[in-house]
Amino acid sequence: MQKMSASQATTPFRIEVALSPSGSTVSLAGRMDAPSIGSSWAKALAAASSPPPLTVNLAKVEYMDGAGVALLLALKKQNPSLSLTGLREEHAQLLAPFEKIALPENFKAPAKKDHPIAGAGKLTHHLLLDLREQIAFVGKLSTLLCQMLFNPKIVRWHEVFLTFQKVGTDAIGIVALIGFLMGMILAFQSAIPLKQFGVDIFVVNLVALAMFRELGVIMTAIVLAGRSGSAFAAEIGTMKVNEEINALNTMGLDPDRFLVLPRVIAGILAMPFLTIYANVIGIFGGMLVATTFGHNWQVLWAQLLTAVAVSDVLTGLIKSFFFGFLISSTGCLRGLQTKLGALAVGESTTRSVVSSIVLIILTDGIFAVVFYAVGF
Amino acid sequence: MPDAIIRVENMTAAYGDSVVLDRLNFEVNRGEIFVVLGGSGCGKSTLLKHMIGLYRPASGNIWIDSMDIASAQGLARSEILKKIGVMYQSGALFGSRSLSENVKLPLEEFTSLPGDAMDLLAWSKLKLVGLDRYLHHLPSQVSGGMQKRAAIARAMALDPCVLFLDEPSAGLDPVTSADLDTLIKRLNQALGLTFVIVTHELPSIYSLADRVIMLDSATKSIIAEGDPAYLRDHSADPRVRQFFLRQSHETP
Repeated sequence: MQKMSASQATTPFRIEVALSPSGSTVSLAGRMDAPSIGSSWAKALAAASSPPPLTVNLAKVEYMDGAGVALLLALKKQNPSLSLTGLREEHAQLLAPFEKIALPENFKAPAKKDHPIAGAGKLTHHLLLDLREQIAFVGKLSTLLCQMLFNPKIVRWHEVFLTFQKVGTDAIGIVALIGFLMGMILAFQSAIPLKQFGVDIFVVNLVALAMFRELGVIMTAIVLAGRSGSAFAAEIGTMKVNEEINALNTMGLDPDRFLVLPRVIAGILAMPFLTIYANVIGIFGGMLVATTFGHNWQVLWAQLLTAVAVSDVLTGLIKSFFFGFLISSTGCLRGLQTKLGALAVGESTTRSVVSSIVLIILTDGIFAVVFYAVGF
Repeated sequence: MPDAIIRVENMTAAYGDSVVLDRLNFEVNRGEIFVVLGGSGCGKSTLLKHMIGLYRPASGNIWIDSMDIASAQGLARSEILKKIGVMYQSGALFGSRSLSENVKLPLEEFTSLPGDAMDLLAWSKLKLVGLDRYLHHLPSQVSGGMQKRAAIARAMALDPCVLFLDEPSAGLDPVTSADLDTLIKRLNQALGLTFVIVTHELPSIYSLADRVIMLDSATKSIIAEGDPAYLRDHSADPRVRQFFLRQSHETP
């Protein structure tokens, strides 16, 4: 068969309508491809809307591709009794797969809308399932951590160190920057009203207590959730999408032990270090601002020692261990829950950050009550 | 004199310092089914990625319809890219869009067809690859073979002059793979579409290919060019015969 060239010079697409007593004839001519028929689509449908018998003459069609076929199909759908004449053999071949096939009535995706009550029920069910999964995951992790105490060999320590470096060491810059600015801003904002009463030396108390007890640890936790928790979710989520998790499973390797445990240990270890670091830098920033109000470093240091008790430092530190656990385990869990596709990875990353932050705030509230109750 | 739609001239492909393909010269004629063969790791996919303008050759030129894709920029480049359709090895469908929306994407961007025309066109393309029942499925909801077929449908959406298919039948069952061959043949004959196919499947090579080239990883060059059945029976090169006769390196 003579092969026809796709880019042979052709005349533009034309529509001619001829009406006669025996019926109407629509002649299509020229080039029938997407660029040429795009603007004439509606015109062609209108031309072929006359009552049957209708004939579509294609003798002068020089080139036809998928778009031309689609136009003929649309004409046929609108006017099922129409007959085609002058169809070239190669064009008939293109039409062949669609003969005797009913076109779908509409191309819109079937709407899947639940009744509001059913929707609420499904959502609740979903949330409860998720909660159950989280509890089961925490249980599994606690078991693994206890096992680790008796048999440290189950942990891949090399991986722990690498992750610690990524989670902890590499985060020093951002934690320092935020801690420093936070201390300075806190000091500056509080120094002005305190100065009115002549007690601006208490800026040190304010900054130190706030940083040690709450702000240092919360701020570090939020940085860690955004920086590392999301990275865990994305890493593990991509592994899930690429079936690497399945590969681990079928090799008899437990993904929780293999992937989650090192990350969780690294998170638990990194968080207190980063918190101490943030506290120190934050208080330094606060004291730096205080020096501009005319206090010298010795006075500020003495004030700091009287302001802060050991329990204040411990409060933040205890919380930091828990937050480290929460952030890294949430990140890993969201990663493992990833469904299929690139979109799903993005979803789990978002979910990991959102759930981490919610859990941090909730846990912090619980700690506040507990510490108050035990007088810490 | 055959009319060349793609001309590769003295093209060298390299990743950093390691040369993968050394000064290749060949032409793909308009309207032919051209197959690139070779063992794993000989640079077939690399060659394909250079031909579709994803990578730039270290030296040499690649002319598509007398435009150099290697040096084209901006509008000229997008003009060339509109003439080609590519099916990637993994399908590379957009996971957030349904199959029909995947096919419609190039239509939305490059044509002025009305919405229902695009729906119909997308349906007809998916019908051609046998996926008309899966219009609204997401890629992750269908099998790997179906994703490949949908990727072919998307590559054909604008009816390009040249279709590049990277291992189209890998991972497909024999029946679907034969259907795909029939589809390729029909598109080639009816539309004069040119196909550049990278494949290992011997049956589809024999039934489809007008001409093949075989790449070799040791010499980094073309070691055979011509009709596959002729090469199988008459090539003097043992590497070529070994490929077509599926002989192992080890003698039993």
